[in-house]
Amino acid sequence: MRTLIIAEHDGQHLNEQVARAVTAAQQWQQPVDVLIAAAQPDALAAQAAALQGVSSVLVASDAALQHPTAEHLADIIVPLAANYTVVLAAHSAFSKNVLPRVAALLDVNMLSDVLEIVNANTYVRGIYAGNVLATVQSSDAIQVLTVRGSKFAAAAAGATAEVKTITAPAAPEGSRWVAEAFNKSERPALTAAKVVVSGGRALGSADAFAQVIAPLADKLHAAIGASRAAVDAGYAPNDLQVGQTGVVVAPELYIAVGISGAIQHAYGMKDSKVVVAINQDPEAQIFKIADYGLVADLFEVVPQLTAAL
Amino acid sequence: MKALVAIKRVVDYNIQVRVKADGSDVDIDGVKMGVNPFDENAIEEAIRLKEKGIVTEIVAVTIGGAANQDILRHALAMGADRAMLVETQDTLHSLGVAKVLKAVVEREQPQLILLGKQAIDDDAGQTGQMLAALLKLPQATYASQITIEGNQATVVREIDGGTQTLAVSLPAVITADLRLNEPRYVKLPNLMMARKKPLENVPLETLNVSVTHNVQQLKVATPPARPAGIMVKDVNELLSKLRTHEGIIG
Repeated sequence: MRTLIIAEHDGQHLNEQVARAVTAAQQWQQPVDVLIAAAQPDALAAQAAALQGVSSVLVASDAALQHPTAEHLADIIVPLAANYTVVLAAHSAFSKNVLPRVAALLDVNMLSDVLEIVNANTYVRGIYAGNVLATVQSSDAIQVLTVRGSKFAAAAAGATAEVKTITAPAAPEGSRWVAEAFNKSERPALTAAKVVVSGGRALGSADAFAQVIAPLADKLHAAIGASRAAVDAGYAPNDLQVGQTGVVVAPELYIAVGISGAIQHAYGMKDSKVVVAINQDPEAQIFKIADYGLVADLFEVVPQLTAAL
Repeated sequence: MKALVAIKRVVDYNIQVRVKADGSDVDIDGVKMGVNPFDENAIEEAIRLKEKGIVTEIVAVTIGGAANQDILRHALAMGADRAMLVETQDTLHSLGVAKVLKAVVEREQPQLILLGKQAIDDDAGQTGQMLAALLKLPQATYASQITIEGNQATVVREIDGGTQTLAVSLPAVITADLRLNEPRYVKLPNLMMARKKPLENVPLETLNVSVTHNVQQLKVATPPARPAGIMVKDVNELLSKLRTHEGIIG
C-alpha cells in the first residue's frame, strides 16, 4: 500500500513544510505520493517531484482550485484514499481545516499535530497545550494525521518522481471563496524562520511593539511573533500569535521580549533550540524555559541589543 | 433561525494538569472545570446574532455525564434558550462526538451550527469539520467575524499569514476563534434564572448512533523539561553567551 501527502502551496510555491511531511511519511516504508491540487499545477508538481522520497506526484487541476475550499479538496482526496493506508500533511491552518473533513468522510479517526511516529499506527502527540505527551494508537484501516513539521527534517531536492494527472471533481456548491488578506512582510515566515523575536503585553502599545521589536528582528533577519496578550491588546496582528491557539515555532533562536510565558505561549515555542527571555519581572514563568534570562527594562535593553548587533 | 451550539467541559485553562503516577491518564480529580474557551465564543456569537434579530432560538448541547450540566447552565445563564445533555459515561473522540452531534442536528434542524475551533484538553480541533462532513454541509472554521444575510453566512477566517473570507450557504457549521468576540460575564441573577430554563437529558442510547473506539490512549507522560538556563546581568553578557556558547549570532 501507499502513503498520500496533501501538499500545501500558495499557487506558485510549495510550502516548505511539505518536504518535512515527506520525511515523516518515510516511516511507513511504502511508496509516498504527493497530491497537488491547484489551478496551475505544473510548477508545483515539478517542485514536489524533485523531493527525494517521493514516488509519484498526483496532479488535480481545476480553475476553482485557485482558492480551494475544504469541501472541494475533500471531494478530491476521498476517492483516492482507497489506494492508501496513510493520508498525511504537515500541521497548519490549511491541513487542520481539510483533513478532519476527509477523515470523517472515510469514517476514520484523525490524529492532529503528531510529534513522533512510534510505528505504523502509534503516535506521540501533545495534549493540554503540550503539557502532557500522549501515546495513542489507531486501529483504523486508513491512518489520517497531521505532523508537526519542525519535528521532521526537510527532504532534500534533486529527484525526479513521476507526475500523473488525476481528474478533479467540480467544486461543490455551498461554499465560496470571497477574499484573502495577507499581512505583507519582507520577513521570513514564522514557521520557517531561524530566528524569532516575539513581543508581549509589556510592550504596552502597537507603536512600542513596532519601534522596539521590529528593529531587532531586522538586525537578526528574524520573523516577528507575539503572545496572545499582545495580540488581544491589538499590539500585533493575530497571525503572529505564537502558542496553543496560534503558530508553533521551533527556531534556532527565540527571543521573548516582555512575555510572561503562560503555558499556552510556551506550547508554541518550547522546542526552540535557544530561548532568550527579557522581562522586568524576575518571577515570570518564561525564565523557567529560557536558556538565557535577562531581568531588565525591555525599553532600555532591547535597543541596546539591537545597537550591539 | 435556530442556532445549535455544541460545547465541551474541560479543565480550566489556568490549570496545569498532572500525569497520574502510573502514566495511564491525566489526573483531573477535583480540578476546576469549565466551558472550553472557544465554545464560550461560540455561545456568545449565537447570543449576539439573537440580539440582532437573526437567530430566534439558541440550543446548547454537550455530551457526557451529569457533571456536564454545569456548563449547560452556564450557557443558559449567558443567554441560550434551552439545553440538551446527551448522557453517556463513554469517552468519545472527535469522530464519535461528531456522529452524536449529527444525530442531534437531525433532530433539532438548526440553520446555524456553532462550535469552538478546538478543545483545550485534547487539542484535536476536528469536531466541527467532521460534523460538517457527516452532515454534508459547508464548513467555515476559525471564524473571527460572522455576517449573516438571508440564507448565507459570510465568515472571516483566521489562517496562516492573514485572513480568508468565505461565503457559505446555510445551514452550515462554523467554528469560533478567540477573536470572534469577547464572551460576556454571567451575572448572578442570570444564573438563578437559568435554573428555570429547560435542560433536557437525552440518553446516548436513544439517538441510535454507533460509535467505535478505534483510537486508544496507551500512556501519557510529562514532556522532558528544558534544562535550567542561566540569568545574565546585561546585554553584553547575553551577546557573549550567544556568540561563544551557542555560536548563533555572528
